[in-house]
Amino acid sequence: MTTSDYLSVALLTTGGLFFLAGTFGLLRFPDVFTRLHALTKADNVGLGLTVAGLALQVDSWAVAGKLLLIWLLALLAGATVSYLIAQGALRLGIRPWKR
Amino acid sequence: METLISWAIDVALALLVVSLAWRALASTDLFKAIVLFIAFGLVLTLVWVRLNATDVALAEAAIGAGVTGALLLAAYAKLRATSPDAIVDRAGGISGIGAISLLILILLVAAALGYAVWTLPSDYTGLGKEVAANLDQSGVSNPVTAVLLNFRGYDTLLEIMVLLLALLGAWSLGITIPRPEAAPGLVLDTLSRLLVPLLILVAAYLLWVGAHAPGGAFQAGAVLAAAGVLMLLSGRELPAALATWPLRLALVLGPATFLMLAVITLILEGRVLKLSPEWAGRLILIIETTATISIGVTLTALFMGAPPGEEDR
Repeated sequence: MTTSDYLSVALLTTGGLFFLAGTFGLLRFPDVFTRLHALTKADNVGLGLTVAGLALQVDSWAVAGKLLLIWLLALLAGATVSYLIAQGALRLGIRPWKR
Repeated sequence: METLISWAIDVALALLVVSLAWRALASTDLFKAIVLFIAFGLVLTLVWVRLNATDVALAEAAIGAGVTGALLLAAYAKLRATSPDAIVDRAGGISGIGAISLLILILLVAAALGYAVWTLPSDYTGLGKEVAANLDQSGVSNPVTAVLLNFRGYDTLLEIMVLLLALLGAWSLGITIPRPEAAPGLVLDTLSRLLVPLLILVAAYLLWVGAHAPGGAFQAGAVLAAAGVLMLLSGRELPAALATWPLRLALVLGPATFLMLAVITLILEGRVLKLSPEWAGRLILIIETTATISIGVTLTALFMGAPPGEEDR
């Protein structure tokens, strides 16, 4: 294994941990707003680390560019959808959870 | 080790797909059932990827999970607005005798399917060899496109007709989908401004790449429809000038071109959709381009519901 392989393993594992944490948050957090918060961590950071880990393994810049584009699109869609869900929840009268 | 990992992934996917399908069917909450159905479509996409069927995976993701999911959610919004009872009262179900006869019917179908698979000759390799041997006659280098648009073009012709018929059915029901009560806001508007040009570009790419790699008219049309649905959701409407004959022209462009080509080949070549090798590439591109436009517009129109201009009847 080369240095970039070790780096890939580290990035992919960390990305996987973010997805795991995000999933736990989605299942365990008390209300829709905190769950969205957990989910965006998985989508943004988890997917970003996964894409970075995979980009180290590709042969051409074009493929790395496509991977990066996938991450940017997921960021854009994730941010918008989270906002829409949160706004919809507020409109339905759901109050943010307080301890 | 590697075979063990891929075996584990396959088993996990198979269990997930069956359990999602079951939970979507068994759910008494209609909204939950729709969300589970979309998740089912996405996992099914992964199954197709594992089977190396990238073309089918793309179609499943775009049409099966994406556009169908949007249509189901639109139908749910309509149901909730008109008949709120229908979306909660699903527990009634079927009576004892009905359930038993249904079970017997399902078991018979499953047994017949199982028998058909069981009696397949074990050394049968499918038609892959014949397709590969004739690929240079087809005008394209992607075997899936060669089968869909050339060797079995009439299947695709019928599929496109079915889509048009579905829209005619929806239009004759005169269903209007309720518009969102609140203004869509800046965020959704910005998203659609950013994404719609990109979606059109991706649709064109999928259409073009279909000649030599996974892609094609249905996938490209579904991506085009995604752009249309996004624009409708962010509050844009079809301009009245386009809602009359231009809309109808876009709807029949693909089916009509395909049908015309079928008639012309029947007269000139003596067989329906027999494409001569030197023309096949160009003809397939013409069919796929017109079909992409029509599929995209048809799927968007299905999401709109009633034909535009007749919504207030």
